[in-house]
Amino acid sequence: MTSKPLAIETDVLVIGSGAAGMYAAIEASRGGVRVFLVDRSLIGRGGATVMAQMTVAAALGEEVPDAPRYHYDDTIAAGRGLCDEDLAQLLCEDAPACIRELDAWGVGWARRDNHITATTAPGHDRARCVYVDFINTGPAVSKTLRTVMARNKDIRKAGDICIIDLVADSNGEIAGAVGWHVGSGAPVTIAAKATVLATGGLTRLYRRNSASLNMGGDGYALALRAGASLIDMEFVQFFPIGHLAPRLVGMDPIMWDPFRYKLGGRLLNGRREEFTSRYGSDEDGKYVLPRDLATYAIFKEVEAGRGSPHGGAYLSFEHCSTAALRGAFGPVIDRLAANAIDLTRMPVEVAPIAHYHMGGVIADPQMQTELPGLFVAGEVVGGANGANRLSGNAITEALVFGRRAGRSAAAHAKTMARKDLRAADARAALELAGDGRLLNTASMIARLQAIMADEVGPFRTAAKLNRALAEIAALADELDERPPRSVGASDAGFDLQRLEWFDLRNMLIVARAVAQSALARTESRGAHQREDFSQMLPAWRRHQRVRLAEGALRLSGPPAEAMVS
Amino acid sequence: MSTVATLKIRRGSDGEPARWETFEVPFEPGQSVLDGLRWLRINKDPTLAMRFSCINANACKECMIQLDGETVYACTARLEPREMTLTPLPNKTLIRDLVTEIAPPSERFK
Repeated sequence: MTSKPLAIETDVLVIGSGAAGMYAAIEASRGGVRVFLVDRSLIGRGGATVMAQMTVAAALGEEVPDAPRYHYDDTIAAGRGLCDEDLAQLLCEDAPACIRELDAWGVGWARRDNHITATTAPGHDRARCVYVDFINTGPAVSKTLRTVMARNKDIRKAGDICIIDLVADSNGEIAGAVGWHVGSGAPVTIAAKATVLATGGLTRLYRRNSASLNMGGDGYALALRAGASLIDMEFVQFFPIGHLAPRLVGMDPIMWDPFRYKLGGRLLNGRREEFTSRYGSDEDGKYVLPRDLATYAIFKEVEAGRGSPHGGAYLSFEHCSTAALRGAFGPVIDRLAANAIDLTRMPVEVAPIAHYHMGGVIADPQMQTELPGLFVAGEVVGGANGANRLSGNAITEALVFGRRAGRSAAAHAKTMARKDLRAADARAALELAGDGRLLNTASMIARLQAIMADEVGPFRTAAKLNRALAEIAALADELDERPPRSVGASDAGFDLQRLEWFDLRNMLIVARAVAQSALARTESRGAHQREDFSQMLPAWRRHQRVRLAEGALRLSGPPAEAMVS
Repeated sequence: MSTVATLKIRRGSDGEPARWETFEVPFEPGQSVLDGLRWLRINKDPTLAMRFSCINANACKECMIQLDGETVYACTARLEPREMTLTPLPNKTLIRDLVTEIAPPSERFK
């Protein structure tokens, strides 16, 4: 057993400080309660939001007439029949208010003629996607929310907190969490009347991804172990044109998306031929191809031996003038030049990269999960985007679901008496703060990322998925029952191996949930493509749920005929 | 031309005497210092403490260290086929190895 934990008590605990967590914290505080906001990374610096260089979808209707119902129609169409309609409706209806509130807080949405200007992202029927120049949307949103929080004394914040597990009280209500402070190694208990999970997605499970380091699916794992159900875990979105080559530092690998919004660009195979028409969509210099189809088209060209030298496709802006490039992207052109990239003279290579997770924790439109006292926000929420997320909906859902979760959590907290974490309820998680044997956790994470990329990518077969499940199980066996401590007890600060052990504990159970769900879904739909079941089947227009029961992940929801095997 | 980069790293926690450790990591043109450090942790010494989050985007600003006495982001400083001296930020409280306390006071656990 380790040292006596530091005990914290609050009304609302928010775990994760991307846009969803920060908006939840702000909104809960406006509801008149005390908030404690924690992050495994630094506040407002990790997560997906700060990485989002792209656009935010909202039916503002400032430049062209628009209404939430049109945004909803596009969201549902992109979701390939699998969107949770109530969540999708909330997403579209609340989006304009959140965008306008951020505008009032000074985020700096790009403007033209005194209107917030919008671009047309693939899958939208009109210009609906707002942004901050130059490719600065995510950092601007993060900074704005951090600044709003800084003015609010009722929001207490702490970075470098790794949450081990949620804790339920004797009534089965979530009563807070147990974690440890990475900076000192000290265990921490946090008693809370309501808890919001806002830890983002799972893209760190993959070798090539567009994620921050703290996106190993922590929220999914915490929810599963607390007894909540996840849905749609097989639907991992790959962003089709992630940067591949030449080596480019200091830029997000999804940076070519805004280039395509503004400048079009041409997607070419290794022979410099346009190829998307072979896969049912002619681009004609415009950026209209949905993400799942583009990913499919690039993979198939590579498979047919027509890939670019590094195994992707070429993206060319060689038809654009220097003036046009500089007008659209200003200082970004200098950053490219520092990487020896001149877009007027050379194409870049792009390839699909793990980007976003459609699946997640089951919640109602109040962001209430199946567990009393537990709320979710942002990418942790499952179902709103179905089998394929529409471009621009990720930051939107972070804002909308974050705001709603904060409001619901505050309302719930106000009905509750003070919570205390009883030693008995917190014991299991605290015991995990003990010490096990040393492991090379960094190489284990790299191995897991290779397994997921090679066997559980966008194109799947039963053989690949079974191989992945066996390899994930082998890694889980290798992981000791206790985290390593690579340094002496008097010297416990920033033990990265210890942190990675907790990351792996979450990543492995989430990897299992993805692979098992993918194995059971014997059809192809949206981001889930089975090479051995290539058709989209009406009987599969349904969600699969995953629960943890006695150490095993139990799936429910497959249609009766698919269960026979 | 050398095909390795030699990283000379100041190790140790606050209050303990510093020790210097030198590692050779494979070098490819275009790589960042962070690439070298991540390779080192996976392949040679996972006990090395460093702070980073966004890996390549220069969005999180968490990987600030000193390279040959100059403050840099490890994700944008280029790895070079020579000896490179890496030290924690001198004006921040040291936690361990290359990690310092860089969060504003209101965003720290206390």
